[in-house]
Amino acid sequence: MHELARNTWIIAKREFVAYFSTPLATVFLIIFIALTGAFAFYVGGFFERGQADLAPFFQYHPWLYLLLVPAVAMRLWAEERKSGTIELLMTLPISPWEAILGKFFAAWAFIGVALLLTLPMWITVNVLGSPDNGVILAGYVGSFLMAGAFLAIGSCISALTKNQVIAFIVSASICFLLVMSGLELVLNVLRAWTPGFVVSAVSSMSFLSHFDRISKGVLDLSAVAFYVSLIAFALFANRIFVELKKAD
Amino acid sequence: MAVLIEASDLQKRFGEIVAVDGISLRVQQGEVLGFLGPNGAGKSTTMKMLTGFLEPDAGSARIAGIDVLESPKLAKAKLGYLPEGAPCYGDMTARAFLAFIAEIRGFDRDEAKRRVDAAVEKTQLASVLGQRIETLSKGFKRRVAIAQAILHDPQVLIMDEPTDGLDPNQKHQVRKLIADMAADKAIIVSTHILEEVEAVCSRAVIINRGRIVADGTAEDLMRRLPYHNTIAMHVSAGRAEAVAKALSEFSAIAKVETLGAANGKVRLRALPSASAPIPSELASLIRSRLIEAEEVHVERGNLDDVFRQITTSDAGTSHA
Repeated sequence: MHELARNTWIIAKREFVAYFSTPLATVFLIIFIALTGAFAFYVGGFFERGQADLAPFFQYHPWLYLLLVPAVAMRLWAEERKSGTIELLMTLPISPWEAILGKFFAAWAFIGVALLLTLPMWITVNVLGSPDNGVILAGYVGSFLMAGAFLAIGSCISALTKNQVIAFIVSASICFLLVMSGLELVLNVLRAWTPGFVVSAVSSMSFLSHFDRISKGVLDLSAVAFYVSLIAFALFANRIFVELKKAD
Repeated sequence: MAVLIEASDLQKRFGEIVAVDGISLRVQQGEVLGFLGPNGAGKSTTMKMLTGFLEPDAGSARIAGIDVLESPKLAKAKLGYLPEGAPCYGDMTARAFLAFIAEIRGFDRDEAKRRVDAAVEKTQLASVLGQRIETLSKGFKRRVAIAQAILHDPQVLIMDEPTDGLDPNQKHQVRKLIADMAADKAIIVSTHILEEVEAVCSRAVIINRGRIVADGTAEDLMRRLPYHNTIAMHVSAGRAEAVAKALSEFSAIAKVETLGAANGKVRLRALPSASAPIPSELASLIRSRLIEAEEVHVERGNLDDVFRQITTSDAGTSHA
């Protein structure tokens, strides 16, 4: 166990630094902060609502993650395969799980940094009024968990191709489906011609409904379990894909 | 001497294509084994299975006595590997990259620094340590990848085309580095530069269509050539017949061929009966001008010829 943690940590450190060695990190962080802010203030009506909370801020996170998280995830494995460094990585004395977890945690930590940089929103709302900081904390935790789920899917798809653009488009599409599956619009279409259990199965896969619950301050176990098990499932698939595709 | 690399009946197919079709080999400590073969012959795939990167469909590989499939981590710890094309993380500086490798190889801070310094010295990287790897010239990139492979002073070193794309000076340096390390390691080097085999390898195998089709020292391999150790000479046209007759009286010479005439000179070729080198009497005859020749040389043949002969003729028979 100690070795797993040690090697995962070393891999994660390298990956995390790698984000900052290209302009990707700066571009991503600036766009993330600009968009979360823009959505909260202009689309979400942060001021007009006259309420001291961050609901208009968190509300748009699923839609932002849809585009931004696959952009963080796309390089994780596709780049290794394209440049051939996967051969180097997988012949180091580490297990495939250590490599997969290391990469995943590095990317997740990177998104964590992006979220931390939005803390001025929290400060602002505390200056302007007296919000329920518990709800805000739950919102951050939920947002971070949701990002992790998007990321695990992106990492898994990234292992399937050498082409980062393909990795981006495919994982953004899958994430789009997972977000959309909670919308009434989609569910109504399904209701017309599928049995009820399909509708409830589809809606239960939705990122939106789970995130809604958490961001309203209900950090309930089923929503957390949903994201955690989705992450576990995607990383397990990731492990299989790496094994299958590494030789191509 | 201990057998440090052992492959038995390795097999690998990719879809319909049989990449490696039953390769077995043993490399002892102190040996440098050359992997020769045309592109796509299965050299790299064999190496990838030896290093545990690819899982063989059948067969097994052992590194320093450890089964690569059963205990991959232990086996990989004993192994240094330079993959084809010498991939490295281009966005890292050479220093950061080597520090990363040292850390993942389990060295503590002081030891890691010592190891990195030693590898940097051996590969003469000191001048570019602070540069990002993607900005380095091909020669330096290759040396960073070699430094990575030798950093932990592994018992087993597997290098896929270590001198590919280097200039003659750099090639010489890399070969010298390999030769210097050879004594206490088992090394496999793949190449299609055949002079390299003569320069660094104590033994070579020729791989064609996923099989080992020849195994021996460079000299052994060249002995397989029909014209190995033949004596070629130019003599004046008038004396050609007499010289040919004099030559054929030697028991060591099986046959004398006349290859053609030009400008009043005839080219003769004497084929030895065994693949023994030229008898010394012949040399003294030539010196005493009993056999008057203007130019004499021994045709050793070269590995290129062996390579062509084996990999083109065998292609027809083994997989018709």
